[in-house]
Amino acid sequence: MSAVVQPAGANEVRPRLPGSLHSNRRLSQWLRVHAAGMVEVFSGKVEIGQGILTALAQIAAEELDVALGRIRMIPATTAASPDEGVTSGSLSIQESGTALRHACAEARTIYLAAAASRLGVTAESLRVADGEFIATDGRRTSYWALADERLLDREATGAVQPKPPTSHRVIGTAVARLDVPDKVFGAPRFIHDLELPRMLHGRVLQPASPGATLLSLDESRARALPGVVAIVRDGGFVGVVAEREDVAVKALAQLGDGAKWNETPTLPDAAVLVDWLKAQPLDTTPVDTREASTPAQVARTVRARYTRPYLAHASIGPSCALAQWSGDAVRIWTHSQGIYNLRVDLGRALGLPIEKVVVEHVEGAGCYGHNAADDVAFDAALLARVADRRPVKVQWTREDDFAWPAFGPAMAIEIEADLDAGGEIVGWRHDVWSNGHSSRPGRATTPALLAAWHRAKASERVIAVNPPVAAGGGADRNSVPLYDFPAWRIVNHRLLAMPLRTSALRSLGAYANVFAIESFLDELAAERGADPLDYRLCHLTDPRARAVIEAAAARAGWRAWRKREGLGHGIGFARYKNTGAYCAVVAEIEAEREIRVRRLIVAVDVGLAINPDGVANQMEGGAVQATSWTLKEGVRFDRTRVTSTSWEDYPILRFSEAPAVEVEIVSQLSERSVGAGEAAQGPTAAAIANAVCDALGVRIRDLPITSERIVAAIG
Amino acid sequence: MPERIELNVNDELRAVSADEATPLVYVLRNDLGLKGTRLGCGANQCGACYVLIDGHAVASCDTPLWAAVGKRITTVEGLGTPERPHPLQRALIAEQASQCGYCLSGILMSAAALLARNAAPTESEVRAALDRNLCRCGTHNRIVRAVLRAARESVPA
Repeated sequence: MSAVVQPAGANEVRPRLPGSLHSNRRLSQWLRVHAAGMVEVFSGKVEIGQGILTALAQIAAEELDVALGRIRMIPATTAASPDEGVTSGSLSIQESGTALRHACAEARTIYLAAAASRLGVTAESLRVADGEFIATDGRRTSYWALADERLLDREATGAVQPKPPTSHRVIGTAVARLDVPDKVFGAPRFIHDLELPRMLHGRVLQPASPGATLLSLDESRARALPGVVAIVRDGGFVGVVAEREDVAVKALAQLGDGAKWNETPTLPDAAVLVDWLKAQPLDTTPVDTREASTPAQVARTVRARYTRPYLAHASIGPSCALAQWSGDAVRIWTHSQGIYNLRVDLGRALGLPIEKVVVEHVEGAGCYGHNAADDVAFDAALLARVADRRPVKVQWTREDDFAWPAFGPAMAIEIEADLDAGGEIVGWRHDVWSNGHSSRPGRATTPALLAAWHRAKASERVIAVNPPVAAGGGADRNSVPLYDFPAWRIVNHRLLAMPLRTSALRSLGAYANVFAIESFLDELAAERGADPLDYRLCHLTDPRARAVIEAAAARAGWRAWRKREGLGHGIGFARYKNTGAYCAVVAEIEAEREIRVRRLIVAVDVGLAINPDGVANQMEGGAVQATSWTLKEGVRFDRTRVTSTSWEDYPILRFSEAPAVEVEIVSQLSERSVGAGEAAQGPTAAAIANAVCDALGVRIRDLPITSERIVAAIG
Repeated sequence: MPERIELNVNDELRAVSADEATPLVYVLRNDLGLKGTRLGCGANQCGACYVLIDGHAVASCDTPLWAAVGKRITTVEGLGTPERPHPLQRALIAEQASQCGYCLSGILMSAAALLARNAAPTESEVRAALDRNLCRCGTHNRIVRAVLRAARESVPA
């Protein structure tokens, strides 16, 4: 037998490399050193308002030993960036940050060797300061003098260890965010501001309701407007292209007036939503089971049901995209969280090989999950196709951006606890009913793009699924308790019908699961007459979990709290995805006509914090947004239409309602860095609900916690 | 029908050719290239598009061109520059009072109007003055701290 030479890549077991370096293995995919004295850094993760580019720049500057000002973060593009999937799940620091730490550490070693060779000394004898390699005799060279693309045109070995935390000078410091000056001075940084030569403006007419079909369209008045370039109609997809944006807006209104729809009531009855959730065809799967080592005697069982409504993204800036065709190729500018996945679906929907589609990221307004960024990118591609190679910018209306993106799904959660004769928890069951929490592009067999479902040759709708348990799950995220109960059974029931489109919204199911578990725990503590803080601590052995709970309680002065009329305090805790950041929140509320959250004390452990102020900013923002969800928010709909389509119908927390937020970072320098973006959502909701119960003695199990619900509960 | 209209924007007279009913926000952004004023809801509900008109914070999505003629319009670009920042802009950077930042231009306008009529506002006065501006990222407290800092730091020595 002669040996068979395997082609590279086939059946080859490649050594595991850290983070996204594993799937993007060439160092040159991550950074490029320029003779002009700067380093371009490429990440596949994108800025969505969370400050990730600053944290990644800090990592690169640290490992290379160059000043932060020399790092240029290059916006992600399918033409050049590493493919890091989606910027989601609070994973950017873990995936991209870890890759950059190792890639830059290895790049530094390579350049150090080149410097040593140039200077005729050993690498160990060189010192590195802001990109200069300095020998003991004072002779020096630099990255810039040695800059040579060939040096990094190789696979990473993963053999070079990044710096230990004790050597950090940039990581762990609160450097100012790189994007803030542009935003404060009104520089054109957002995709909405992007202006290309000969650019046209587009608007899309969405159907009257999810079950509507277009009967007829009178285009004549829109077409008669001066400056209207084209009107596109493809089945139920209707759009207009105009020379001026204000004309496109006017034409859209004319098209709306000229459209006749056949509407059918396809939506659930909001008044009996829980019954509806449980009555749908379901995909029921076990999430986790723990068997008790010795069977327990169950004296009684306690049950409760918790719900949350559909939630809207409600970003201040409506979704926007640009597209430009050149022959049979198209270039897209988008604020999508997943440029590579969007490219896959655009290719499918447009009937193009993906090589013909280039997708570039440009910052949008705040992104909290799978919003309409991907949808509007496809809209732009469809409208630009009739624009004779001119670029077209499409922006959704505020109303459509409320009604048509996927919502965070409504959820019902039922928990049962078996108690023994002594009142100890001996069994725990947790069932979740919800639509799937992900219908992102690039993952199904048909495009997950709204217009693809409205065109004449409509694609099959993508029904939302849940990410695998190993990736943190979806509806079931954080449904497995972190407490030391002897037995449990956790089950997820995913709806197979999806009349209201659902997908990922910040923290997915964790928000409602943590709200439910932590509320129920307080209910059990109250039955035993136990303090909620003590009750948690006596069921927790993980020292990091205990540390954040104790830190939040200490800072809040939990044990010194005095009960006063109309005031209440409550606590909530979770470790995000059970593998990420630990977070405990203490809420102090005032219950008058409305619930007012006065103060939130947040303690968080993200392992090694790359930028402590960035962590604090994310935690503050998460806590305030979760307060808004918890007190005010829920998508409204009748049997036919989504009816919350403006800020008046979908109010969010305002400046005078925002609680004071104090963030304490519990430092764990030797623990791996994890993301901060979603950790506060669930604990904040639970802390508020528990504080409401503390103040008023009523348990609100349905979100949002409105005055109507409180009055009903008291009555 | 488009007509020639003169606007006083950031202390400059600028001529545009547009229908006089056109909402000001489109003209600022697309005709005058002042992209700092952001389009949000288009219905005067979110504050993202606020500009100062004769010192008052006003929704430019809801202001037809004719209503702005002859008045003094200030956009975020006219408030300050990186070289000569307005105290509010300096303070927003000092407090790192931004996440996505889309709402910031409008908030700057409300805050500038507040400080012009009340040089030393209390925290609750700041919150009340910003209540028409929405922020979705939850940056409210940092922004309030920045406005209070700007007030403190603008007091003549």
